[in-house]
Order: sequence, then structure tokens, then C-alpha cells
Amino acid sequence: MFELSATPLEAIDLKSSFADVRAGGYVTFEGWVRNHNEGREVLRLEYEAYGQLCLAEASRIITEAKEHFDIIQTACVHRTGMLEIGDMAVWVGVSAEHRGPAFDACRYVIDNVKVRLPIWKKEYYTDGDSDWVNCEQCAAHGHAHGA
Amino acid sequence: MQKKSFNIQYFAILREQRGCSVEMLESAAVTAADLYAELRAEHGFELGTESLKVAINDAFCDWSTPLQTGDAIVFIPPVAGG
Repeated sequence: MFELSATPLEAIDLKSSFADVRAGGYVTFEGWVRNHNEGREVLRLEYEAYGQLCLAEASRIITEAKEHFDIIQTACVHRTGMLEIGDMAVWVGVSAEHRGPAFDACRYVIDNVKVRLPIWKKEYYTDGDSDWVNCEQCAAHGHAHGA
Repeated sequence: MQKKSFNIQYFAILREQRGCSVEMLESAAVTAADLYAELRAEHGFELGTESLKVAINDAFCDWSTPLQTGDAIVFIPPVAGG
């Protein structure tokens, strides 16, 4: 399951759907908005997503995670819109019989979500400037796509 | 050359540089790369195709994919989720 959410992830009950008598462990990752990036002081962030393609690509990532790792369930929710420092930007959950595959699958999902989903992040800095992350440097130097 | 009609959706830095989210247009472009070159020349987009990906009808595609009339096209700037 993957969802985009325009409202705070903190308000959503993300855990209860993972309850399963077969599960011996449950691993989560929360990505938070931090107050600095690449040496600049960040005031807030804005996420924009291409919804249809996000859902299709995220579905592939989740299917891959289930194929590669011995897990019971995995899900991811990503924010859109304006976020403040400390807000949760992304959430990944994994349940499994044993902790090893749960940790591994959680890492796989977040790593792939970051580089494969068509989601963009605009950082607003304390000096009044703002930048689309990974885009401005590409435009300036002709760097290739990717993380 | 016969022109085809396309529906273009812009996101993030391209949306800001284009000044709109969606446009319908007619073009004789044969491939997605041709269409981007045409739009880049017209609107001065800073990013080149080496920094972008392209999606046609909500699926990632090669730049060399031939375009069909009615295609929905999205040029995808470098992503930064998470």
C-alpha cells in the first residue's frame, strides 16, 4: 500500500493495520524535515508529486520488497504540500516473522522511494532564497539524473 | 508534416519555468525528445534531457518513443522524495 497525503502523517493511524498474529516484529522509518541541508539553514519544505505515476512506481517497489524479503506486509505514505521543521515527510512500515527481513525491507523501500518516485522537494531557506532540490545544480552544471 | 495534439503536464521547476501546470498543444514532433527540444527552445527550460525522464500516459518511457496524437506527456525533473 502506498499513499500520498496532503495532511499531517502524525494524525494518521499507520500502525494498527499491521496487527497480525504471525508477525514477530514491526519496523518503521519516519523521514523528518530537518533545519539544514547542504550547509544552508532550511525554514520549511514543499513537496509536489505526480500522483498517478507515484502510485504505479510505488506499487512496483512494494511488490519487489515482498519478493526479495521474507516479510508479511509493507506500506509507505508520503506527504505533499508545505511542511515545517520537524514534520514527518515520509513513513515506511514493515511487519515480518523475524526482525532481519523487516529491517532489510524497510531500508529497501525508503531507498527506492527516494530515487524512483516522481516527487519533488522545494526548500525555503532562512535567507529568503528557495530551490528545487537536485534540480538547480543540474540546470547549472548539466548533471545527470539520479541520487 | 502532420501535427498531432498532446496534453503536457508540468511539475516542480518545469511548472515554474513554464508558468502553468497543464497545456494542450499541437506539434509535428515525432519523439518525446523532439517535443522537449521544441518546448525548451520556446520556453527556455534550463534542464536538458540528460537530467530529465519522460512519462507518456502515466508510464516511464524512452526519449525515442514515437508520440501518438492524444498522448499525455510529463517531463520529470530530478526527483527528491523522502
